[in-house]
Amino acid sequence: MNVLNWIADNQQMIYIVILMIFVGIEVIGRVPSVLHTPLMSGANAIHGVVIIGAIIVMGKAENNNYIALALGFLAVVLGTLNVVGGFVVTDRMLEMFKSKKKKG
Amino acid sequence: MELSILTLCYLVGSVTFIIGLKMLSNPATARNGNLLAAAGMGIAIIGTIFLYEEDGKRLGNYPWIFGGLAIGAVIGTLVAKKVKMTAMPEMVSMFNGMGGACAALISAVEFDHLYQQYRTIDTAYLSDFVTVGHYLTIIAGAIIGSVSFAGSMIAWGKLSGNIKDVAYKGQHIVNLLALLLVLGAAFFTFQYEIGSSHILFYGTLGMALLYGVLFVMPIGGADMPVVISLLNSFTGVAAACGGFLYNNKVMLTGGILVGAAGTLLTILMCKAMNRSLKNVLIGSFGGGSAAAGSKKEQGSYKEITLSDTAVLMSYANKVMIVPGYGLAVAQAQHACHELEKLLESKGVHVTYAIHPVAGRMPGHMNVLLAEADVSYDKLQEMEQANDEFATTDVVLVLGANDVVNPAAKTDPASPIYGMPILDVELAKNVIVNKRSMKPGYAGIENDLFFQPKTSMLFGDAKKVLQDLIGEIKNL
Repeated sequence: MNVLNWIADNQQMIYIVILMIFVGIEVIGRVPSVLHTPLMSGANAIHGVVIIGAIIVMGKAENNNYIALALGFLAVVLGTLNVVGGFVVTDRMLEMFKSKKKKG
Repeated sequence: MELSILTLCYLVGSVTFIIGLKMLSNPATARNGNLLAAAGMGIAIIGTIFLYEEDGKRLGNYPWIFGGLAIGAVIGTLVAKKVKMTAMPEMVSMFNGMGGACAALISAVEFDHLYQQYRTIDTAYLSDFVTVGHYLTIIAGAIIGSVSFAGSMIAWGKLSGNIKDVAYKGQHIVNLLALLLVLGAAFFTFQYEIGSSHILFYGTLGMALLYGVLFVMPIGGADMPVVISLLNSFTGVAAACGGFLYNNKVMLTGGILVGAAGTLLTILMCKAMNRSLKNVLIGSFGGGSAAAGSKKEQGSYKEITLSDTAVLMSYANKVMIVPGYGLAVAQAQHACHELEKLLESKGVHVTYAIHPVAGRMPGHMNVLLAEADVSYDKLQEMEQANDEFATTDVVLVLGANDVVNPAAKTDPASPIYGMPILDVELAKNVIVNKRSMKPGYAGIENDLFFQPKTSMLFGDAKKVLQDLIGEIKNL
């Protein structure tokens, strides 16, 4: 029953999960193999959205809860690395594709 | 009002992720797609910092938040800007690991909250206070995040050459046991006295880290791109767990989107290499068949001097260059472009034949040659190139091996049998530049090297190319 209640409580989220699985598959279905690496890198940056969780953890931490403060801080740093590093690396890869195309 | 603005921010974020990913899968729009997704991410992050409320309370600890963001952003930008093009694959793996660790840490803090709240109650179980669903999202985020972190770090180490492949008998059983231990510890964290549940929780985390290491350790270096792509989708799922935890839709959309797209991408990559995912994960590449290959008659190979190569190439009508990982390792892309220009100025038609999985990652060679300003229309994809080889005078293979191995077509016992290859043996002359006769990543001999029209030019790709350019200029 416990599980059923949880599903009922979170039905919106569960719908999103199911629909997003289809969207994710549909959206990259026809990617040329040349773009596999940049696409992986771009997707890597997008899952950096986990940073939002880190910010919430950090922002909620009580001032005397050092475990939460320390772990939350570390999470924010690592999450930002993922987001910023991910997007910059992807951009650097794609920059080359572009400049090359103009000349060609 | 403010909460509805936040909702709007998240909605914008989710939509940009979807459109961004869509644009990323088309060469013409890829770069803008990436920027669009980045912009959406920025909006979602800023919205969260200033507008997020829980039980009517705003977030605090701004100095910590901004401090963390600043440190992460500065290090991330510097590292990402500085890294060499050849090291891109391991960079992606490293950033992926950071995301996984972030998800695991979030779960750890959330678990700690529960633990602090209930730990004084004797002989109670965590399951008495917390719903299965809530606990599942915490523990799944912790486990998947940890596996992704540990696995990515190992993949990073392997690609940068610091960690060797370790394969031993019975590793599947060990891995399975490790996984069972992870799940068992996760179960008992929930169904055991709260007072000691934190030990079990951190035990689960530790076992998950160990499992991540064991999982990636036996997989061959050549298969790392596939593994990184798989771990990438793991991190996506871990991020989505966070979305469930905070009822946060942008985390959920972003995470699941990457989880699904990443899984498909993993399968597509396997297909490009003509291998199944199961094969990559369970069968270590080339293990048993290396012995089979070495049993065969090898015959002898012949070497060619630099000056002969120079003459051969300068008086050819059509030259095709087949780059591989050796080119990337030697950082020879600029020298390669120089050679191409020099030959073109002598009226030789020069093109590049790009195998989809040449190098360590699909698209690796395109990125690398693009860095050296090689023009886009000089790069030929495999099917195109295979039509051209028959009319080509000289094929110069630069540090590529398995992608030109005819065994993929002729030897059903070969581990790479069935993989599409570049048919370089159709050309009139084949010159292979390698550092030594050592086999490539698949660990198998290459019959191409022993064919009469093939000549070997040993040495580091960059040095050889520079010397070759010198020779051609002196002709």
